[in-house]
Amino acid sequence: MRLSYYPGCSLTGTAREYDHSVREVARLVGIELSEIPDWNCCGASSAHMTDHELAIRLSARNLLLAQPEGRDVLVPCAACFQRLRRADLALKKDPKRWGVSDYRPSFKIVHVTPLLSRPDFLLKIREQVTRRLSGLRVACYYGCLSLRPPAVTGAVRYEDPRGLDLITEALGAEPVSWSHKTECCSGSLTMARPDIARALVSDIAKAAGRAGAQALVVDCPMCHANLESRQSDDSPLPVFFATELINLAVTGKSTRKQWRQHLVDPRHLLGSVGF
Amino acid sequence: MSEAISPKQSSAHLPAALKQAGLDVEACYQCGRCSAGCPVSACFDLLPMQVVRLCVYGQEDLLQRSQTIWLCAACETCTTRCPNGIDIAGVMDLLRRRVLAQKLKPGQPRVAAFHKSFLRSVRRWGRTYEAGMLGAYKLRTGDFFGDLKLGLAMLSRGKLRMLPRRIRRRREVKKIFKQKGKIE
Repeated sequence: MRLSYYPGCSLTGTAREYDHSVREVARLVGIELSEIPDWNCCGASSAHMTDHELAIRLSARNLLLAQPEGRDVLVPCAACFQRLRRADLALKKDPKRWGVSDYRPSFKIVHVTPLLSRPDFLLKIREQVTRRLSGLRVACYYGCLSLRPPAVTGAVRYEDPRGLDLITEALGAEPVSWSHKTECCSGSLTMARPDIARALVSDIAKAAGRAGAQALVVDCPMCHANLESRQSDDSPLPVFFATELINLAVTGKSTRKQWRQHLVDPRHLLGSVGF
Repeated sequence: MSEAISPKQSSAHLPAALKQAGLDVEACYQCGRCSAGCPVSACFDLLPMQVVRLCVYGQEDLLQRSQTIWLCAACETCTTRCPNGIDIAGVMDLLRRRVLAQKLKPGQPRVAAFHKSFLRSVRRWGRTYEAGMLGAYKLRTGDFFGDLKLGLAMLSRGKLRMLPRRIRRRREVKKIFKQKGKIE
C-alpha cells in the first residue's frame, strides 16, 4: 500500500518523535509513505479561528499538491487532518468560488488511528509484537479534532471512540474504561492561557488516574505537548503516541534515546512492567 | 438595560453576515447542550447558548466585547452536539473575524496576539517556526517570563528548532495571504 504523507509542522518540530514512530510503524505494516512535496502549514488553529478564507486556501494548496499522486493522504496530526478534510469538502462543494474547477480528487484524507485500527492492520501489528505490554494500564485519549465534527471527520463512534483502545489491546496493554476520552485539553489556548490549559489537563489526568491508568495514549501532537507540559508537577502521567507503543512492543526494547524528547520520562513506568 | 439579551436590541447586520457565511442560527431552541458540553464554559462571560441567542437578535456589541469568543478552544463539541445542526464553533470563528476586521479591541488581547504571531510566521516561512513565533508573541504581549522553564526544557529535548524550516515556493503562500477575501 502506498500513501501520500502530510506530516504537518508539529511533526517537524515539537513532535518529531511522532513523525519518527509513524514512519517506523508504516514500514512495519507495509505502507510506503511519500511526503507531499513542498507542503505548507495548514493554518490550524489560528487561521480558521480568525480568517475562514485564509484557512481554506492554506489547506487547499496542500490538497492540490497531493492531487497528481492521487493516493490517500495520511495525516498524523488531528488538527491538520480536520483542516485538510474541511478544505476538501469546501473545494468539492464550490470549486468555482475557490478557483479550482478541476479539483476532482481520487483520494481520501485519513488519520493514523482509524487506519491502524482496521482489522487487517491490527492483525499485522499483533503478528509482529515480540514483547507484549502486559500489565501496562493506559487511558486512551482521543481529544477533539480527529473526531469532531463527525460530518467533517467521518468518525462513527465520535462520543466513545475505540481505535486507540483496539491498538493498545493488540499490544497486550490494558486500556481502561474512563470518562475523559474526548474532553478537550484546550491545546489552542495553551500559550495564551496556560492557566486554563492546566485546569483542563489536570481534570483529564485525574480522570485517567481514577480509572487506574498509569499513562495516557494519544494520536495528536497538540494533545501530546499540552498533556505533557500542563500536568501538575507531582507524579505526572507519561504520555505516549500510540505509534511509539507499537514500536516498543515490536522491537521489545526501551532505550534512553527513544524517550529523549519526552517531557515526562516514562522509563520508570516501563521498568515496572519489565522493560 | 442596554446589556440585556433582548429582541428589543436587535439589529440586522450580524444576522445578514451569518446568513452570507451559511451559518444558520435561527433553529436554536435554547436546550443548552452546547453549554453543558463546553469544556471552557466555566471561564466564559457568555455561555455558548447565549452567544447563539445574541446572534439571532443581532446584538453584536455584546458579543464583540465578550471574553467568550476568544476563550473558545475550537474543540467543536457544541457543533457536534447541537440537535439542530447549528455550527456554533463556526459562529465563534465568524465573530472573531469581525472583531479583527472592524479593528476593535479583542476581549482577550493575548489570544489575539498569539493568532497574529502564528500567522505571521506561516506567511513568512510557509510553515510554523515555533521559536520565531514565540519571540514575536512575547514581544507583542510583554509576557517575557511565562513558560521560560518549559521553553528551555523543550529546547534541550530538540523540540524547539532555532532555525525556521521554510518551504521552497514561499511566494505561493504569500500570495494566498494577499489574495484572501477575494472571491474568484
